[in-house]
Amino acid sequence: MERIRVLVAKPGLDGHDRGARVVARALRDAGMEVIYTGLRQTPEDIAEAAVQEDVQVVGLSILSGAHNTLVPRVLEQLRARGAGNVLFLVGGIIPEEDVEFLKSAGVHAVFGPGTSTDDIVEFIKSHVKG
Amino acid sequence: MARESEERQKRFITVSGREIKRLYRPEDAALDYENDLGDPGCFPFTRGIHDTMYRGRVWTMRQFAGFGTAEESNRRYKYLLDNGQTGLSVAFDLPTIMGYDSDHPRADGEVGKLGVAIDSLADMEILFDGIPLDQVTTSMTINAPAAVLLAMYIAVAEKQGVSPRQISGTIQNDILKEYIAQKSYIFPPKPSMRIITDIFAYCAREVPRWNTISISGYHIREAGSTAVQELAFTLADGFAYVQAGIDAGLDVDEFAPRLSFFFNAHNDIFEEVAKYRAARRIWARVMKNKFKAKNPRSWLLRFHTQTAGCSLTAQQPELNIIRTAYQALAAVLGGTQSLHTNSMDEALALPSEEAVRIALRTQQILAEESGVVNTVDPLGGSYFIEHLTKKMEEEAYAYFDRIDALGGVIPAIEKGFFQREIADAAYDYQRRVQSGETAVIGVNRFATEEQPAILLLKIDPAVQERQVDRLNRVRSTRDSARVGEALSRLEAAARGTDNLMPHILEAVKCYATLGEIMGTLRGVYGEYVEEALY
Repeated sequence: MERIRVLVAKPGLDGHDRGARVVARALRDAGMEVIYTGLRQTPEDIAEAAVQEDVQVVGLSILSGAHNTLVPRVLEQLRARGAGNVLFLVGGIIPEEDVEFLKSAGVHAVFGPGTSTDDIVEFIKSHVKG
Repeated sequence: MARESEERQKRFITVSGREIKRLYRPEDAALDYENDLGDPGCFPFTRGIHDTMYRGRVWTMRQFAGFGTAEESNRRYKYLLDNGQTGLSVAFDLPTIMGYDSDHPRADGEVGKLGVAIDSLADMEILFDGIPLDQVTTSMTINAPAAVLLAMYIAVAEKQGVSPRQISGTIQNDILKEYIAQKSYIFPPKPSMRIITDIFAYCAREVPRWNTISISGYHIREAGSTAVQELAFTLADGFAYVQAGIDAGLDVDEFAPRLSFFFNAHNDIFEEVAKYRAARRIWARVMKNKFKAKNPRSWLLRFHTQTAGCSLTAQQPELNIIRTAYQALAAVLGGTQSLHTNSMDEALALPSEEAVRIALRTQQILAEESGVVNTVDPLGGSYFIEHLTKKMEEEAYAYFDRIDALGGVIPAIEKGFFQREIADAAYDYQRRVQSGETAVIGVNRFATEEQPAILLLKIDPAVQERQVDRLNRVRSTRDSARVGEALSRLEAAARGTDNLMPHILEAVKCYATLGEIMGTLRGVYGEYVEEALY
């Protein structure tokens, strides 16, 4: 069986990478192929990496409050490259009212503080065929 | 001997995963009182840096705050001062932290979100409007652009008629922990260290009451380290700054008395208290014996504490009030000089006024009702605390040896040593929470389905627009020729060996923006990029 390929990305100026790195390890330990972009990637950088690495899943980690600006831009860049069909996840500190906005913009799931990495693994496995 | 009685768990561990024994006895804590502890105010200061501690003066209650524009943050500072806070602590937004003006493309969506937006002296004048800078002390959480914000503060004080010799406060200015944990670095390590030693030298002469650096374990812990890693990595950074100052030709006693520290207060009360006590003892001994400091003030580890943001839960947020109170107790039992208590809503948003008031009242109850201020180092002499203090000290020295073997702090950063150690600890913690071994009440125990019903602070989306308008006004009304000359002189100094501070001060005073000043330095020094590992 092909392994599920996931891009974990940090957009914007935010340097808080504890969550991104913990999730990246948990996905790897669950048998997925994980590519971590590192910090301060532009929406173009992230979309480009997603295409180059041929991933089925893109996960953004944002704790800076800039999600309403950054998330739609990443989605736009993915669509512009014909990669709009990836499973698109967001994690971080996202207020409840913004969750609806992000979902309407095309995010499949938002994972807030206290999420078990098992839930993220399960969500990905149930939505992507390996 | 009595029958081995049953215990509830196979092992009992701290939040850092340290195993704790059922009982500690005198042989676990064999100490030489004079050499290892000493009375408070006496070498090696294990029991505290002052003889009277909180009987003489209670810790400074300093709530970290800043959001939106300078006007909004100025209102929050006045609210805190009116409610009995005794020092200011400024949070800056990410564009300011990263040295970009509010109209930079990379600033879009981030202006005023995590702190206050500062582009030029004009913003700083509003930020401290009506706050007499000869009467408050101000801590500024700023690192890569610390020299610029300090220069702006000096310039605002001068406009208020207050001389640089009268002002007091702290800039965080700790770039090493940025590479290690928080990741808000701009330049490569070498030029970053030069800027820091320039600040040490300048302040020793011109701003003698300023704490030139706050060597921070807080962010290392928040990134997921254990208590011992926080202790060891922070002190290793501190020694690296001392060595850098000496290598830059400064006398250790000229700058060491102005070095200060910043630690986390996490959930495990006794482990935290032991950490602070071990930190004081290690610092005093190394400063005296290795760096040959003669001024007793150079031996003192003075520190600020903030309760652990990473321990707060979005679920049942009211429980965070209780977590924070216990963490604050640990900081006070450990002899902190100042304290920030987190607000209950901080896993969800920046704190509301109501939430901040409760957090501040938590400290006031501790100081005025609980009785913990009545005697110094009340846990000193406890078999358990003394054992733990000694054990953590030994483990810190073992880390110093590993860092030395890698060639020192900067080579260890470049090799990803700290980053890997912290990532391992963060992952271990996450697994313990998910297995249920480490409890998080409201998350893996006693969880409920209800949604939190608390009012959150919202940042007005028009902040960015208002901030960019002011920036444009500043750019169109200042003397641009003077700005251009000041930036050229700064560039020449950066390429040479002149102390950068007078040139930055000059640029700030003619309203050169933060982005222009940092952009000039970026042009000379370039930017640091870390290897993306997980």
